[in-house]
Amino acid sequence: MSDVVSIVLKRLGLGLITLFVISVIIFLAVEMLPGDIAQAVLGQGATEENVAALRKQLGLDQPAPIRYLDWLAGAVVGDFGVSLVTQSPVGEVIGPRFANTLFLACYAAAIAVPVAIILGVIVALLRNTLFDRVANVMALTSISSPEFFLGYVLILYLSVKTGMFPSIAKLSPDMTFFELLNRTFLPALTMVLVVVAHMMRMTRAAIINLLSSPYIEMARLKGVPAWRVIIKHALPNAWAPIINVVALNLAYLITGVVLVEVVFVYPGIGQLLVDSVTKRDFTVVQACCLIFAATFILLNLAADVLAIITNPRLRYKK
Amino acid sequence: MPETSNPELLARLAAEVRLGRLGRREFMSLAIAAGVGTTMASSVWTSNAFAAPKKGGTFRLGMHDGNTSDTHDPGTYLSFSMIQLAHTYRSYLTMITPTNELGPDIAESWEATPDAKNWTFKIVKGATFHNGKEVTADDVIASMNHHRGEDSTSAATALLKDVNDITKDDKHTVTFKLATGNADLPWLMTDYHLAICPANSDGSIDWQSGLGTGPYKITNHEFGVSTQLVRHDGWHGEGAYFDEAEMIVLNDPNARQTALVTGEVDAVTQLELKTLSLLKRNANIEIDNVPSAAAISMPMFCDQAPFDDVNVRNALKLAMDREDIIKKIAFGTAIPGNDFHVAPNMPYHPDDIPQRTYDPDKAKSLLKKAGAEGLSVNLSVADSVYSGAVDMCVLYAEHAKKAGIDINVVREPNDGYYSDVWLKKPFCMVQWGARPTPDVMFSLAYKDDADWNESHWKNPRFNELLRAAKAELDQEKRAAQYKEMCQLARDDGGTIIPMFTNFVYARNKKVQHGPNLAASWQCDGARAVSRWWFA
Repeated sequence: MSDVVSIVLKRLGLGLITLFVISVIIFLAVEMLPGDIAQAVLGQGATEENVAALRKQLGLDQPAPIRYLDWLAGAVVGDFGVSLVTQSPVGEVIGPRFANTLFLACYAAAIAVPVAIILGVIVALLRNTLFDRVANVMALTSISSPEFFLGYVLILYLSVKTGMFPSIAKLSPDMTFFELLNRTFLPALTMVLVVVAHMMRMTRAAIINLLSSPYIEMARLKGVPAWRVIIKHALPNAWAPIINVVALNLAYLITGVVLVEVVFVYPGIGQLLVDSVTKRDFTVVQACCLIFAATFILLNLAADVLAIITNPRLRYKK
Repeated sequence: MPETSNPELLARLAAEVRLGRLGRREFMSLAIAAGVGTTMASSVWTSNAFAAPKKGGTFRLGMHDGNTSDTHDPGTYLSFSMIQLAHTYRSYLTMITPTNELGPDIAESWEATPDAKNWTFKIVKGATFHNGKEVTADDVIASMNHHRGEDSTSAATALLKDVNDITKDDKHTVTFKLATGNADLPWLMTDYHLAICPANSDGSIDWQSGLGTGPYKITNHEFGVSTQLVRHDGWHGEGAYFDEAEMIVLNDPNARQTALVTGEVDAVTQLELKTLSLLKRNANIEIDNVPSAAAISMPMFCDQAPFDDVNVRNALKLAMDREDIIKKIAFGTAIPGNDFHVAPNMPYHPDDIPQRTYDPDKAKSLLKKAGAEGLSVNLSVADSVYSGAVDMCVLYAEHAKKAGIDINVVREPNDGYYSDVWLKKPFCMVQWGARPTPDVMFSLAYKDDADWNESHWKNPRFNELLRAAKAELDQEKRAAQYKEMCQLARDDGGTIIPMFTNFVYARNKKVQHGPNLAASWQCDGARAVSRWWFA
């Protein structure tokens, strides 16, 4: 197991360096956008004097490298500063939004991952039958449609026409858990449709790939039933690629949901990021992007660790 | 003509009025056209058509343009949803009434010295903030000073530039002392930045707490998401019929309309014009289509060839088929502009200046006169200026072809359009929000030395009139001055005004409003929450 620990430590170190590089890139990107926060906050109606006064108040009259280093000095000790627009701490601004995004991602994942893997196993078992074809066509159709389009289609049929689910995912603090699930069902379902195909097809491909190997043939020859061959013999060896693609899709559920948030008016972190970019609110943009980057790094790390744990050949040294 | 009565028809008209589909003027003319006498019609109007507003219920309004980064600071109010909210939880000195006149809000009356330099406002006694504190002169002065002085970061500093001092006469009276006379000062007080906030002891204001003196008090609030409010019992004005209100940010036009259709909200702002005809088919939805003073303008630099020749400018004005643009781009939700920036619902609008119409032949002859045949110009535009802005310019270019003018439409990026294109490119398209009076509009963008003189137009007579009219308290004289200015802008100015765009919003049928809707902002001058009620 010490191998796993050293891999984790190494990868975490590399992850920190990645985060640093990303923060520099984000800072430069925000700097390069036309206009600045003072103009964005005050709008078209502001005079030059207003804009200058606000710049001074926000410390924007300092040169860019100094502003970055100021921010970095805070960030390394865990202080990500205050939102330049609202002056409240970044954690307070992002916290509730990120919690909402995480909730929606978990909700979608809780449906999508089992559905995708079970479907993947079934279509591998029934490969090249009508069921396989239909499942594949449907999965590919849903992954090829843009999220907002899927969202609108779901709203049309499940909300406007039948009234089964609410069309906007408006949250309020006094909701029961069941109400919450009901309110957020359509956005979660949209995301399920977007990610299921990828995971399902990877499961199918990994299993079919293994089914042609000699040890599976051996199992068959000795009379093991088809479902047992897959569950007992093929699946354990297929976990590594499946875990990888699941991790990738989980990261997508957290970082790629802006359009879904907009369509369903869900107060998540994606909308916050878009608003902050429009306002050139550097500290919030930076924190959101670092959260996204960290999500990717951590999920990929988790995927690698899990792949090692599920594969005895990687787990023990020869 | 004998007074005939047609009870069935009258009842139907009255029902239309109750639904808010007919204003008084339309009701009267329809009733009279149907053979109902004037006296009869007018008595029906007063006695029958108007069911008194009822109290109660929770009103949910879906609004566009809300941002996580909005704040309670009135100096940085910018997004539409904050403007809508501001008129619900805060008050102003004066307000624009549903009939687009000036009415009292926290000031019950006001008067000026004959030179219009000193304006005294009397604050209504007994008005309170949401925490119960009485509104006094100190609060008003601090609220105004928030937008004054060198360090102010308020977007409204330019508005109060001429104010030298604001003094407290007694607990409920303040006087504004101006450097130059301004007959419009009470109108300026309706500006959405100039909200009344509680004063701190050091003369600054406490905007952070979100306290106001408006008809509703905030109970729960998240910027860019939603706000819950309850009626403020100390509200000094009329209205506030709903017990509670919820104002929800729904930025996506489709989400907004779906929420209205599925009953998640009772009313929404800003409809998508392209799907208007579909929404009209829904029997539970009423659409309000209200002409406003919001304008589209196309400024041309008058000090730069080819626009330095007035004949070229007028040829370009004549080469536009405004009716066609309104039909195809605005889907009928606009009224044609007449190349002067005063909308029909603004005070001092001159009714008797003939509407400019599409006349490619006359445009051609003007170009010939200018020696500019085969004119070719670049017109800059971005999609964000107006829904269908680029299409509109392309359509205009087609109209202009018939006049022998080649307009090359240049598509600019949305981001930074107003900092990199507007005031920089010699011919572009701009959207203007509604301004309350001709003086405000002209001083902002047509005065020779204005920062935003977007057409670089410098007409001495116009500027002389502008200065004279500003402090003129004689209404008739003032109207004549504005008429002359409008005529000058139309025939000599460098700005094409293709149209004034309507406010188009919708509500569930169970939501009612009075016979008129204010045209200063969407949803009844942004006061839907306090002016409307449930049937």
